[in-house]
Amino acid sequence: MTELTSLTLTEARDGLRAKKFSAVELADAHLRAMENARSLNAYVLETPQKARVMAAESDKRFAKGDARPLEGLAIGIKDMFATEGVRTTACSKILGNFTPTYESTVTSQLWRDGAVLLGKTNNDEFAMGSSNETSAYGPVTSPWRRKGSNAPLVPGGSSGGSAAAVAAQLCLGATGTDTGGSIRQPAAFAGIVGIKPTYGRCSRWGIVAFASSLDQAGPFARTVKDAAILLRSMAGHDPKDSTCSDKEVPDYEKAIGKSVKGMKIGIPKEYRVDGMPVEIEKRWEQGVAWLRKAGAEIVEISLPHTKYALPAYYIVAPAEASSNLARYDGVRYGLRIPGRDMIELYEKTRAAGFGKEVRRRILIGTYVLSAGYYDAYYLRAQKVRTLIKSDFEDAFRNGVNAVLTPATPSSAFAIGEKSGADPVEMYLNDVFTVTVNMAGLPGISVPAGLDASGLPLGLQLIGRPFDEETLFSLGSIIEQEAGHFEPNKWWAA
Amino acid sequence: MSVDAATVRRIAHLARIAVEDAEIEHLKSEINAILAFVEELSQVNIDGVEPMTSVMPMKLPMREDKVTDGGNPARVLANAPQTEDGFFVVPKVVE
Repeated sequence: MTELTSLTLTEARDGLRAKKFSAVELADAHLRAMENARSLNAYVLETPQKARVMAAESDKRFAKGDARPLEGLAIGIKDMFATEGVRTTACSKILGNFTPTYESTVTSQLWRDGAVLLGKTNNDEFAMGSSNETSAYGPVTSPWRRKGSNAPLVPGGSSGGSAAAVAAQLCLGATGTDTGGSIRQPAAFAGIVGIKPTYGRCSRWGIVAFASSLDQAGPFARTVKDAAILLRSMAGHDPKDSTCSDKEVPDYEKAIGKSVKGMKIGIPKEYRVDGMPVEIEKRWEQGVAWLRKAGAEIVEISLPHTKYALPAYYIVAPAEASSNLARYDGVRYGLRIPGRDMIELYEKTRAAGFGKEVRRRILIGTYVLSAGYYDAYYLRAQKVRTLIKSDFEDAFRNGVNAVLTPATPSSAFAIGEKSGADPVEMYLNDVFTVTVNMAGLPGISVPAGLDASGLPLGLQLIGRPFDEETLFSLGSIIEQEAGHFEPNKWWAA
Repeated sequence: MSVDAATVRRIAHLARIAVEDAEIEHLKSEINAILAFVEELSQVNIDGVEPMTSVMPMKLPMREDKVTDGGNPARVLANAPQTEDGFFVVPKVVE
């Protein structure tokens, strides 16, 4: 029998239903793989006992013929999601050993549907980063290496642990959060599928807040279909998040394999940035050719405010973060460093608890929101955001069904390569993904091939609001043409 | 626009984050690098543009005005670094 960890989520689901193996066997196979891959640092907490209890319950359900949609499927959860009774830290020292007494809505829906928790995955501290190097638990090493090199590479970020765990077959799928590209960029670096749904598609309740008008949860998986299956369980109305949509959640799986004939695909000329590697451009052209072959009509479009998305993001996101992170006060939960008075307690606790990148963003956010600067920075950025959104609305009004772009401006880089003096160098990683968050649209990253050094490259499809189905249909075309990519298991003992 | 050392100290205090004197110069240059990067936005014509306030257009839902949660001090205090008799403990704030 093939190794259980090498099955796709769909294959594992079918195998469990056909009683070819048990949910406990499936969980155990993954727990063993996790143990052998600890050097990757993809998980910050393994939950083997919980996994076995949940899997045993699933086996009971299978025996009774009472299986739920995700029954027995073993997944990883990004450490940004509050999990009841299971330590949740956002990979920050300031949360200490915070153990929630409640469950996030998204994860509660995954458990409602029978999924099994394997552990909490690593991420950049408070999801602020594009390489997973800002985690208080240390960086994640990508399962991918350049051909002929042992240099450790980043898995991307902020959801680097989830992306690495899925690519290294340490779970069947995983959750992520995406504020500026934190699902799509690591998915592209890891050669897997990641989707950030429309703002409001998944509830944000119980997810550690970074930038509330940009944050969205979404799944990682090794196939488009697997991602579609997971998203269906994660999405849906939640009265506890007033920005969460009450639109019905479709059966995304049905969108896989649907014809895309006659669909209009926009190619934004502003995404042809200076200095774009030839290989990225080649993949993009390849993607165009694949979709054309499938019957889609390709049109050039203009999104004139694209180049302002990243600067506007670096005002809006830190501003919202500085406000959201004001809650870490050393009083109600997490780390506390004593002080002579309240102010000193706050200042010492927050100095010791926040890492450098988080501190930098809180300071920028505090500055742009401070008296005298609010209009010049924050208000201006929110107006630019309206313009970015209306660029997309114009394209959609002209009949465009989806937009095709590269997912990232390069393949994965080495650990330490971009953590130098200039923080902006790291921020440029999100140049193709951040517009989508600014406009609240859905975006999917699908593997499109390997570059000359043997590293994965991804293509991004951007859709109309709440039209994730079209992204799954188009994404599965790219997947069929490009195939699947697996790293060599160099880490296994 | 750029910040000077005094401004870095002021915003660090506003953000309630203690910053060592030795870190000020470094922080100043990092913050100024980011401010230089976002400077590009001043080129955009924003006359008559409404700021984004709702990402997806939707009506803010209203619910019945009644208590739906609470009454569980043990859960609220479960992760507190210091508690006493069902309360959070903080340094003396009133002389």
